[in-house]
Amino acid sequence: MSLNSSRHGSSAGARKLKQLLVKSVLAGVVANGLFAVTSSQAASHIAVTDKEVVVGQLHSSTGTMAISETGAIEAEQLAISQINAMGGVLGRKIRVIQEDGASDWPTFAEKAKKLLESDHVAAIFGCWTSASRKAVLPVLERDNGLLYYPTFYEGLEQSKNVVYTGQEATQQVFAGLDWVAKTKNAKTFYLIGSDYIWPRTTMKLARKYIETVLHGKIVGEEYAALGSTEFGSTINKIRLKKPDVIYAAVVGGSNVSWFKQLKAAGINGKNQTLLTLSVTEDEAKGIGGENLVGFYSAMKYFESLNTPENKKFVSQFHAKWGANAPIGDVTQAAYEGPWLWKKAVEMAGSFDTDKVVKAEESGTITFQAPEGLIYLEPNHHLKTKLRIGEWEANGQAKIVYTSDYIMPNPYPKGY
Amino acid sequence: MDGYSLSDLFSIVVMQGFSGLSLFSVLLLMALGLAIIFGQMGVINMAHGEFMTIGAYTIYLTSKFTESYLPSFMPYYFIAAILASFVIAFGAGYLLEFLLIRHLYKRPLDTLLATWGLSLILQQVFRSAFGAREVSATLPDWLMGSWKPTPSIDIPLNGLFVMAMSILVTGLVGLFLFKSKWGLKVRATTQNRIMAGAVGINTKMVDRVTFAIGCGIAGVAGACFTTIASTGPTSGSLYIVDTFLVVVFGGTASLFGTIASAFSIAQAQSILTFFLTNAMGKVVTLLTIIAILMMRPEGLLRSKVRR
Repeated sequence: MSLNSSRHGSSAGARKLKQLLVKSVLAGVVANGLFAVTSSQAASHIAVTDKEVVVGQLHSSTGTMAISETGAIEAEQLAISQINAMGGVLGRKIRVIQEDGASDWPTFAEKAKKLLESDHVAAIFGCWTSASRKAVLPVLERDNGLLYYPTFYEGLEQSKNVVYTGQEATQQVFAGLDWVAKTKNAKTFYLIGSDYIWPRTTMKLARKYIETVLHGKIVGEEYAALGSTEFGSTINKIRLKKPDVIYAAVVGGSNVSWFKQLKAAGINGKNQTLLTLSVTEDEAKGIGGENLVGFYSAMKYFESLNTPENKKFVSQFHAKWGANAPIGDVTQAAYEGPWLWKKAVEMAGSFDTDKVVKAEESGTITFQAPEGLIYLEPNHHLKTKLRIGEWEANGQAKIVYTSDYIMPNPYPKGY
Repeated sequence: MDGYSLSDLFSIVVMQGFSGLSLFSVLLLMALGLAIIFGQMGVINMAHGEFMTIGAYTIYLTSKFTESYLPSFMPYYFIAAILASFVIAFGAGYLLEFLLIRHLYKRPLDTLLATWGLSLILQQVFRSAFGAREVSATLPDWLMGSWKPTPSIDIPLNGLFVMAMSILVTGLVGLFLFKSKWGLKVRATTQNRIMAGAVGINTKMVDRVTFAIGCGIAGVAGACFTTIASTGPTSGSLYIVDTFLVVVFGGTASLFGTIASAFSIAQAQSILTFFLTNAMGKVVTLLTIIAILMMRPEGLLRSKVRR
């Protein structure tokens, strides 16, 4: 807070000073090269000096979404502090202005506007829900800002002002369904999700893929209201249909009720295959590992990933945020944001949005992330792998399958 | 329904019946505290859900404490934790009435705003104290899993537990209101405050204790719900709409109305959800409630209170 107000103060002071200087220049009293630099920077609308560059961080640290977004906030700050320790970007240290979207979509738009128009940030790392991203998008496009968005999401979007570091739906859905159909010999599927855009779109893709490619059968499709805590009747319906696979995308507090009630109804990893798209290590902590044992998640990243890069990342994250802080898929994707931005800026040799976007779209930016080598594709999404994790009682997932690299395809044909 | 044997169908009917009863006890337990506060005192307590969250976090803290210091006590801690959550929520309610609510008795709409503000404050307090992420208490084994009377029937143990608690608490509230001296004072104050004062009842004290008991019951409800739902800073807000629904539909001044209302809403929702989709089940239930409330604005059972 004090950071912001002091910034307001200084920028107002700077404006006054600039007016004064402009006047004096006009009066022909003073004229030297220094002012030329100042005015050219003001024209590019980005707050960068020879020593530092300002970026924004826009997540919900209050409200219902704080549950999910906390990990992303922590990961981005870790990445930025590491980049600063390495000397920053183009020789400038990164300074973060953190704003709170407060789980409220108009607030997200308003704060994005503030970051872009009064703080002149070079990039924003933020948003979690699709609703908040959609709210911020018009502001980004009008003010030509940059957003690094970390969540796996439903696709059907590609803005030149956004880099999507999470998976889009086709990357998360198809390979996972292939895996479950092959290893579990699954023919019948029961789809269940929370009732909003991401589960609905994802299930639409899944239904088509199951019916046309896998030649399986959907025996039920169900959407529970966000925040719904009662799954008794739904579970009985599932029991009646006896599907080979329950394919689930329930989110938030409902997710906890869903898994606790499944377990209480005697449905567990031993007698039922369940593949979910919405449980990361973050959610597992709230649900309780004992309620998840034997169920599967489809994600690009799990904390248990056994590579030197990931082990280093996990220990750094725990050193900064505490040994009990879980690291989920989105947290890792959020960590990638600042690093990809650094690479794009360095390739562009400038903080100018258009030049950075051009670098992003070159298709040559790669990064050795905790999840492995990732490729930033010209369509602003990442080429990554999909992993299937089997949950264990300690709230960690054992990786049982890793796919090949999957090209991002935000606008799949025929869906 | 071809392809199913008769015994399969029988099992589903039994489990579906149980699921309806289980939802009934959940609704009843969450509404009881509010029924007392809203029904007896006319205070619209928007922070009701947060008192439930207090109960849930009490369970979480007690489970953590027991795990580290008294591991042998783990199978039994849950009972002690429920008592603790009543005591803590009661204390918080007592304090709240003293500091805030008593100044607003004559201004019901301001109470609504003030308690809503309080609920936001409490949510942020939970977030600052316990972190924004959801937590999960380690539940004793006897609360997990299911009871199998036949090979194809699974009755959730946590559902049975919530049901038992719901019956117990309702019984205690009934005894308290209709058989105890305090209950007599509470009912006297509700029916005629001035006369109650004139015969020597300390009506201010009655208000305070009634409010605190309502909050304490919310704490117990929240504690019980850790077995079936989430524990997080905003978990309480998931229940607030259903809670008001049950109380308003039941008729605000009647304990039996609350029971009848919880039962009918639960059965309607549970059966409709089974045959329709989840969303449609809710839509039909709500439309029916609206229609009934239009015909009977005071709810299912009318209050017999002269005001």
